[in-house]
This record gives sequence, C-alpha cells and structure tokens, in this order.
Amino acid sequence: MTDDRRDGLDPAASDLRLAARRIYAIILRHLYVLRRSWPRILELAYWPTVQMILWGFVTTFFVQNSSWVAQAAGVLISAVLLWDVLFRSNLGVSLSFMEEMWARNLGQLFVSPLRPIELVVALTVMSFIRAVISVTPAALLALPLFDVWVFGLGLPLAAFFFNLIIFGWAIGLIVSALVLRLGLGAESLAWVAIFAIAPLSGIYYPIASLPEWLQPVAWALPSSSVFEGMRSVLFGHGFRVDLLASALALNVVYLVAATVVFLLTIRVARRRGLLLQQGE
Amino acid sequence: MNAGGRGAVVVVDNVSKHYGPVTALNQVSFTVADGATVALLGGNGAGKTTTISILLGLLLPSAGTVRVLGHDMLRERHRVLGRMNFSSPYVDLPRRLSVAENLNVYAHLYGLADPSGRIRALAKALDLDGFLDRPTGDLSSGQRTRVALAKAMLNAPRLLLLDEPTASLDPDTADWVRGYLQAYQRESGATIVLASHNMSEVERMCDDVVMMRTGTIVDRGAPSALIAKYGRQTMEEVFLDIARNRRRPIHDGKLLASR
Repeated sequence: MTDDRRDGLDPAASDLRLAARRIYAIILRHLYVLRRSWPRILELAYWPTVQMILWGFVTTFFVQNSSWVAQAAGVLISAVLLWDVLFRSNLGVSLSFMEEMWARNLGQLFVSPLRPIELVVALTVMSFIRAVISVTPAALLALPLFDVWVFGLGLPLAAFFFNLIIFGWAIGLIVSALVLRLGLGAESLAWVAIFAIAPLSGIYYPIASLPEWLQPVAWALPSSSVFEGMRSVLFGHGFRVDLLASALALNVVYLVAATVVFLLTIRVARRRGLLLQQGE
Repeated sequence: MNAGGRGAVVVVDNVSKHYGPVTALNQVSFTVADGATVALLGGNGAGKTTTISILLGLLLPSAGTVRVLGHDMLRERHRVLGRMNFSSPYVDLPRRLSVAENLNVYAHLYGLADPSGRIRALAKALDLDGFLDRPTGDLSSGQRTRVALAKAMLNAPRLLLLDEPTASLDPDTADWVRGYLQAYQRESGATIVLASHNMSEVERMCDDVVMMRTGTIVDRGAPSALIAKYGRQTMEEVFLDIARNRRRPIHDGKLLASR
C-alpha cells in the first residue's frame, strides 16, 4: 500500500486488491457495452455458427468422397471452431482496445490510476469472455446438426482452446499497438491481420502438405502445433505432449513479446501526444 | 514558489516539448501553491493544453522535470494519479454507457471504498439524478459537462486539472459550474489548475494567472496585479495585449512600450 491513501478511498485495500479492482472496472465497462446491445452478442455468435454449418455440409459431402475425412468426420468442424477461437480471441483484445479509441476514452483512462499492464490483463479477460460467447453456441449446435460433439475431445480440447486463446491475445495486442501508433485508419487490421497466418497454421490440412521451405515458418506458430495435435487426437493417434509443449513455449515467447510491444507503444503514444488525439 | 507560505503542489522546472522541429513548450517553469486556483492563459497554440497534458502524465516532456504532490511525474505518476483528476470537454466518457455506469467504472478505477454512496452524493450535488440511467451520448453539452465534473470529483482530488471547464456552456450553466468549483475549492482546500479562454471566469476564480504565448511564459501574477501592471480595466484587455504582443507593462507609471 502506498503512503498516498486518502479519505474516500478504500483504506483496507492492498495494492494488489486495488489493481484487481481497476482490472474489474475495465471488464465492467466492456460488459456494460455488451449488455446494452443484443446485436453485438448476436454478432459474436453469428459468424462461428454460419462457419460451422458451412463446414458441416462440406464434411457431409467429403465423408462420402474422401477417405481422409471419412476417418474422422469431426475434423473439419473441430478445425473451423478452433480457428474461430483464435480469431475471436484476437478480436476480443483488439476490438475492446479500439472501443476505447472510438469512445475517445483513452485520455480519461490514462489519467486514472490504471496501469497499462492492468489494461492488458483486462483486455485478455474480455477476449476470453468474447471467445466463449462466440464459439459455445456453434459448438453445441454441431451435435444436433451434424452429429459432431466437439467436447468429446475432452481435456485435449481445453489445451487446444487455451493455446489458441493465448496466441489470439498476442496477435490482438500487436494489432492494438499498430492501431494506436497508426490511428484508427488502420482499424481493419483487427479483422485481416490474422488471416496472414491462416495458410501456415494447417487448419484444414497437415503441415507436411506445405512446401518444405515453408514448414519451419509454420512450426514457428503455436497454432500449427494445436491443429496438428487436434488431428492426432481425432485420427486416433493420441494426445501429443510434444506438440502441446511446443505450442506453450511459443505462446510464452509471443505473449511476452506482444505485451512489451504494446507497453512500448503506449510510451511512444505518451511521447507523441497520441492519447488525447484519438477518436473517430 | 511558496505563495502565501504554502507548499508547492506542482513544480514545473524547465520543461520543453518538441514535436520534431515544432516547439510546443520552451523551458517553462512555474509552481502552484497548495490550495491555489491558477489559470493558464494564452491564445490557441500557446501551450496550455500541452502543459496540462504533461502535468497529467499523458504527455512526456522532451526536457525538464515535473513534480506533482511531491512525486516525479515521469517516474512515479501512479503514486499520485489517484489523488488528482481531470475534466475537459474535449475528452469524452464512453457515450454508449449510462451516466451511472460511467461513474461506477471510474469509481472502481479510483478504488473508492463506497462507489454507489459517492455516486449518489455527487448526483445530488451536481443535479444528475434526472439522467443517471440515460446514455451519456444522449445528454446535452451542459449535462455532459456536469457528468464529466462528477467523474473528476469522484476521488475528491487534491489537485484538479480543468481544460476549458465552461467551454460551450450557456452563461447560466457556466456560472453554476464556476460556483460549484469555487465551493469545492473552499471546502476541500484542493488546488485547481485550469486552462481557459474566458477572462471573467479567470478573474472570478483564480488567485494567480500564468500568461503563455507560443510555448513560453510571458507573465504571471494575480488578476488584479496584472490588470494594474498593464494599465487596463479587465483581464480581457491584458490578454489581448499579451496575445498580440502590443503593449508592455507599466513601470513607474509609464508604459514601457506600445504599438
């Protein structure tokens, strides 16, 4: 606790508890926005559900025409749902941050006691909430529509899910840093940047099918290990701990690097006066 | 400075701010005494908002040091941000959130012990009760100013920074806001630093005026002292003299220069 505690402030609160309250405040602010707008919640669940239905029909067709897909009918649907976890996790961070820019609220936030690292934690929690809201309805609907029970993956599913969530945080933080640095003219990066890694992540095909020179690049992405690990489970080869360890290690590197880039960009914004100028 | 024997709450020492070849502030130094109400005055581009942004830690100076409430704002800003606050018509609160939601979020950010009690008290004091549940974006500019003021008062700040607190308000609302700020200052002993273009506001509220032009401090003093020094009737005339660089202070009953 600092020596600066004053009347009106919580006298019993430790620094850690105050930090937790500030993080809660930012989460609350974004939950208020979600709660006020049912179209936003619907939009979150809409695209993953449409994707799941589209790939469900593709699966139905391929099961009769492809021996590879026939071995594991849920492989394409599981892949599209897990890809959406990554996509929504990235959007959860970057859209929550851009919401502050659209609202011209960054100046108010950064004259409050909120620390940039606390903002990062709040953005990642919001990203987790948004990802769960997005993907859960599609995952549940896959059972009655296509007889695919994604949760049947069991504990490995949790490992895949959290690795993709963390990688999405890293991408979202980099995108947020770029938008802060370049202005809201660069906001479309939130939607398009992540597709640069889609071909390399082996979402629908094994990494071995990529050109040989591209495979090392693909293996440098945690998402490649996750999708390869998912196929291993679905095709009955068991859960590969080596792929999980690789994804985790890479995620630690990417998340630390992205957080450092984001915090340095906030510092650059303070040097250039960007925190007061942002807005539509 | 130790105006009136009081300690300095703000110490700005030799602060400069450059954006490439453009100089926004050039070796600015001043202090603000505890409990004082100080105005930063100057035309557009004089450096008032830049100075306030640096005091808040939103902007890093290119050179110089800033101490607020005894702490270095470059290294220890998080030790003082909970004891200061800020209001500006140019920095919004989220418009989609209701007034009560916005205040609740900021009450938690400032670590208040009893957020709802404080919000109730401020709603009563600032007459927000009628629109606490309305989206902030749906309010009139006068109502939004009162909400921004409520947000700035949540933590009962020891140092309150205001950027044009009555800009775009009708005379009645502007007068009410000034009265509220004066009463708060009297009751709490808080220090207020404000940037304003409204000279009657400055004359009414401020003990001390820092006059700025093109990023430098060109004069300083109590409003009455500055009016006497420039041989004028109002602060508005003094402001125009300084902004247009057209008249020098009186020395021994004679104008030093005039054009």
